[in-house]
Amino acid sequence: MTPTRTTLLAALLSATALAAQAQDLRIGLQEDPDVLDPDQSRTFVGRIVYAALCDKLVDITPDLEIVPQLATGWEWNEDGTQLTMTLREGVVFHDGTPFDAAAVVANIDRSQNMDESRRKSELTSVTGVEALDAQTVRFTLAQPDATLLAQFTDRAGMMLSPTAAAAAGADLGSNPVCSGPFKFKERVQQDRIVLERFDDYWNADKIGFDSVTFLPIPDTTVRLANLQSGDLDMIERLAATDLGAAETADGIKVEKATSLGYQGITINIGNGERAANPLGENAKLRQALSLVIDRDALNQVVFNGAFAPGNQPFPPDSPWYDTDYPVPQRDVEKAKALMAEAGFPDGIDITVQVANNPVQMQVMQVIQAMAAEAGIRIELEAKEFATLLSEQTAGAFQASQIGWSGRVDPDGNIHQFMTTDAGLNDAKYSNADVDRLLDSARTSTDTAARKADYDAARDILNEEMPIVYLYHPVWIWAMSDAVEGFVPYPDGMIRLEGVSMKE
Amino acid sequence: MLSFILRRLLIAIPTIILISVFVFALQKLLPGDPVLAMAGEDRDPATLEFLREKYRLNDPVVVQYFTWIGNALRGDLGISLRTNQPVLALIAEKLPVTIQLAVMAMSFALLIGIPAGILSAVRKGTITDYIANVVALSGLSIPNFWLGIMLILLVSVKWQLLPASGYVPLSEDPVRSITVMLMPAFVLGTALAATMMRHTRSAMLEVLTADYVRTARAKGVKERRVVLKHAFRNALTPIVTLTALLFGELIGGAVLTEQIFTIPGFGKLVVDAVFNRDYAVVQGIVLVTAVGFIVMNLLADVLYVLLNPRLRGQ
Repeated sequence: MTPTRTTLLAALLSATALAAQAQDLRIGLQEDPDVLDPDQSRTFVGRIVYAALCDKLVDITPDLEIVPQLATGWEWNEDGTQLTMTLREGVVFHDGTPFDAAAVVANIDRSQNMDESRRKSELTSVTGVEALDAQTVRFTLAQPDATLLAQFTDRAGMMLSPTAAAAAGADLGSNPVCSGPFKFKERVQQDRIVLERFDDYWNADKIGFDSVTFLPIPDTTVRLANLQSGDLDMIERLAATDLGAAETADGIKVEKATSLGYQGITINIGNGERAANPLGENAKLRQALSLVIDRDALNQVVFNGAFAPGNQPFPPDSPWYDTDYPVPQRDVEKAKALMAEAGFPDGIDITVQVANNPVQMQVMQVIQAMAAEAGIRIELEAKEFATLLSEQTAGAFQASQIGWSGRVDPDGNIHQFMTTDAGLNDAKYSNADVDRLLDSARTSTDTAARKADYDAARDILNEEMPIVYLYHPVWIWAMSDAVEGFVPYPDGMIRLEGVSMKE
Repeated sequence: MLSFILRRLLIAIPTIILISVFVFALQKLLPGDPVLAMAGEDRDPATLEFLREKYRLNDPVVVQYFTWIGNALRGDLGISLRTNQPVLALIAEKLPVTIQLAVMAMSFALLIGIPAGILSAVRKGTITDYIANVVALSGLSIPNFWLGIMLILLVSVKWQLLPASGYVPLSEDPVRSITVMLMPAFVLGTALAATMMRHTRSAMLEVLTADYVRTARAKGVKERRVVLKHAFRNALTPIVTLTALLFGELIGGAVLTEQIFTIPGFGKLVVDAVFNRDYAVVQGIVLVTAVGFIVMNLLADVLYVLLNPRLRGQ
């Protein structure tokens, strides 16, 4: 062997050795995240990236208990208007700026006051925040807010380097600086987001990768194919219809968690002229519609039985679920009786708008067939999602098949949909008792009292039914057998602490 | 010559203005509120209002148009509503990706289409001709998305030969960049190869019956030389014209192919922008594409004139 060839070979070998050491985790996302600034972003996939990039004040367990992350402890004052948090010591941001109480103050200020911030509504109850000392921060609230800690488990609780935020202003998204286990390296729009290991992370021992690459691949078949070919290590939101194939495929395993969200049919009860339709005017007809749906069959037909049938804003396995109202069995006779009682023995004609993707279309077609048996004749209006949403807010609908991604605190799944004039109340449903109960539930810190309020509201809502709940999606992750230590969470995030790759 | 070019340029100006008005109007006619698409699930009213103000969506449509076109004339196409990136930078980033895909797809089309066309012309009426025709027809009728997914399942999942999707810049790793692009380029190239084959075949058939080919054969020139040197050279003119025309079609075909193979190119940018009601991006892309086409046409016209002096007086 000539000297040059030896050198070349040695160089090649060392390059391979290096490559073997540098452990990259490649994750396939369903879409490309929007701007990577926790104060400005709005996409679900963006939050998956933040789970690796940005630490929050607090986090959740898979059972939705709130646990320390950047805050190690917290306590409420007597009347629930002051929250005092103790902060973790020795934490630094990716740019070396130390994390302390002043940083928390700056972050809350940015979330509340930056023009571009989309976190304002999540922090409306906070009227003041002050640094008591370097590691202690106190939030003052206008009135008690049971949802605040849950808000801090998500984007409103993500801490950005105040130095970087002050320098970049609203442009921070092109180079986000947080304090999470990985720091931002590069992003190519619609192609990849690369994060690399942050060596000074406070919990660095738990991090098993040198870098993590997120690749947006919208087509579920192609996403799964990439996993099967070894181009990806993990994918989120495997299609329920691919579950069987993925479970039997060699070298691939699947993890699941029932999501916090729901899908349902929102009925126009008071939103403009189109509310004047039998379904919008008559609660008995809405009950009939709910009764005529076989939710188990729907789940079997469209989702291979992988999702969770539901009839409330919280999934049946949630502690907030009201067990007095279990998921109803299909009862066509009772539905017909209700319709006769309401004065429509010959049935009704209604129009339901639905997003024009194959899955939601299929859901509505199954329901259309089921409802027809009781004389509820459904005409489907397929619309592209952005159109569907704007017509729904404008009241240009009779009924609309739409869902909600879900929030950690139960309030997020119900208050803004069911209280009078609330932001997401597109049905324009209004009931003073429901308003009172849901307002009371959000200001109490006593879990049992809150549950009693939600149950009392359910007594009314189950009669009036402005939303006919259908099912709760289940998050399905598929990953290489070599990935170890992954824990599924109901919020659909991918937490990388404790995850590693088998040698 | 100069006056000819100037005249053509003057004609191009109203065309561009018309296109810009048209695109702008279409965007406004599209149902769906961009601000709702942007504000996220929570639809906070304050956020909605802020976004409307920021992107000047409260202004009258005519004012919006003139603001946009005025900025565009100064080289500012606005920023993406979705990612806050300048539209021009986005386009500059995506264009080379699609050009690479188009060039590779065209190479496939030429490498497959021309030899197949020559072969089936030379062996007209034989089994070779029929097979080539059947293959070409299938190439034309198989939809890109189906072929793409089938290839991914076969080549990437089953045989594990090529990466299933993705993109690596040419400057970063040329070998890998080309490997990743092989399958999508092939998918995009098949339909073009079929068109190319059919045209090559008919051009060759015409030339092969020409007098000078008969003369060449009579002089005892070897058949191989007759076909490749004498006939093919003359059949090349329509093929070159076709190649130029097909490049436009390629950019369109890239929209689907990029979607399947997750290639972050021009086509994927357009599709995502339309679904997200990212007005600035859609308008920017259409404007840049339109200007590109007009410039190409202008170049072609100039070339024709250079090649054919008889056109100059017109």
